[in-house]
Amino acid sequence: MIKVRQLRKRFGDQQVLDGVDLTIEKGESLVIIGRSGGGKSVLLKHIVGLTPPDSGQVLVDGQDIAHLNERALLAVRRKFGMLFQSAALFDSLTVEENIAFVLSRERNHTPEEISRRVAEALEMVEMPGVQKKKPAELSGGMRKRVGLARAIIYRPEVVFYDEPTTGLDPVVSDSIDKLIVRVCERLKVTTVVITHDMRSMQAVGRRVAMLHHGRIYTSGTPVELMASADPVVSRFVRGISDEKEHTF
Amino acid sequence: MIEVPTNVIQRVLTGLGRFSLMVAEVLRSLTTQRLSGRDLVDQLHFIGVKSQMVVLVTGAFTGMVLCAQTYFQFHKVKMDTATLAVVSVSMCGELGPVLTALMVAGRVGASMAAQLGTMRVTEQIDALRTLATHPIDYLVVPRVVATMIAVPLLTAESIAVGILAAYLVGVHLLQIDPGYSLVNMQRFTDHRDVLMGFIKSFIFGGIIATTGCYKGIHCGQGAEGVGHATTEAVVYASIAILISNFFLTLLLTRLLALI
Repeated sequence: MIKVRQLRKRFGDQQVLDGVDLTIEKGESLVIIGRSGGGKSVLLKHIVGLTPPDSGQVLVDGQDIAHLNERALLAVRRKFGMLFQSAALFDSLTVEENIAFVLSRERNHTPEEISRRVAEALEMVEMPGVQKKKPAELSGGMRKRVGLARAIIYRPEVVFYDEPTTGLDPVVSDSIDKLIVRVCERLKVTTVVITHDMRSMQAVGRRVAMLHHGRIYTSGTPVELMASADPVVSRFVRGISDEKEHTF
Repeated sequence: MIEVPTNVIQRVLTGLGRFSLMVAEVLRSLTTQRLSGRDLVDQLHFIGVKSQMVVLVTGAFTGMVLCAQTYFQFHKVKMDTATLAVVSVSMCGELGPVLTALMVAGRVGASMAAQLGTMRVTEQIDALRTLATHPIDYLVVPRVVATMIAVPLLTAESIAVGILAAYLVGVHLLQIDPGYSLVNMQRFTDHRDVLMGFIKSFIFGGIIATTGCYKGIHCGQGAEGVGHATTEAVVYASIAILISNFFLTLLLTRLLALI
């Protein structure tokens, strides 16, 4: 469904992506792991078409979106839902207006239908009754849930999660992981999660790809990666720093 | 010989290119996309209604001080009754549009840059794009259209209040003859002065909104980026208003003389 071929991106002197090859199959649950600052979020932004690559292809259902203009990309992005690291809720709108954003702009839904679907989306993320609140009144975990409700209300084919558990306590992180699994199973959507949280990786991933030095270094099931004897993979999944490398 | 670093020229040209592309996208959006009435009304309220006080105070005190200064000079040559005519012509063609635009640039242009800049650094603009919404359609076009509607109306208000304030100061404080003053005002203030002010304020509205939105959408990272964007939005819009005012005066004087 989504194929990334030889994707390259440089910011100044730093080669962030250096020939990434990755295939995301329809309906699968893929977790992309890698070091902080290693280009995971940049890769995700390329797949969604938010950032143009220096070279390479991003094929979505066979269509190369890497060099489409913004207007042409809007139609492609209709297939995607994305939960941002900071949730990125529109702070001038209420929770209800945030979640209903896409439906309201489509102009072919009645207010009653929009209200019903907002309530359903909030029910799915276990946040009923917060429609009239502003994002500033919500905690970090609640904001992520509302962000997810906004991303799934229009029934996308693929849902992307950018560091969904970053900045949350372990209990809330676990509840978000369970929510991701539930959304994936109930909506039958393709799920792509960017994380460096190993608990999260094991909870939501059916397949894991590791980004290292701008390339997909390895991929496999969570169990395979956790048991890997490769020093790069092993150190990362166990959280052991290499004294020869800068770790910050 | 002064050497200009290549990267400065490159940065300026890149900025001009991006700005031109944004303006072209705004024009494309205006002709191909449906503008949301609710977004437009929200922006009109923020830009027009909430700028009333600052524009009224500016207009009133500009009219008053212009009246007093003109009177002090004209009184020496016994031309007291031409005072309000000078105020009227100046307010309609130059001071009304320019000062109103500068005040709106300070209030609205800065606010647009800060709001869009914050949206950019908090990934809200990226979120808009993932929600299949073009940021130009949703964020820029309503602001540009609303500013181009609101600034001429605010300018008309500022001119009217300025002339009224000048009349009160001239007639009641400086004891200028009201009858002759009004006759002279009507004789020397042409409909072309009013039209010039209207056209200028329309263009200034476009300058304020496009500069504010451009600086916000392309702002740097973090609080520092938003701060720079806000300052630059006001400074660049103000400079653009003052420079374009000179050329607009020359151009419009020639064009309106044909009417």
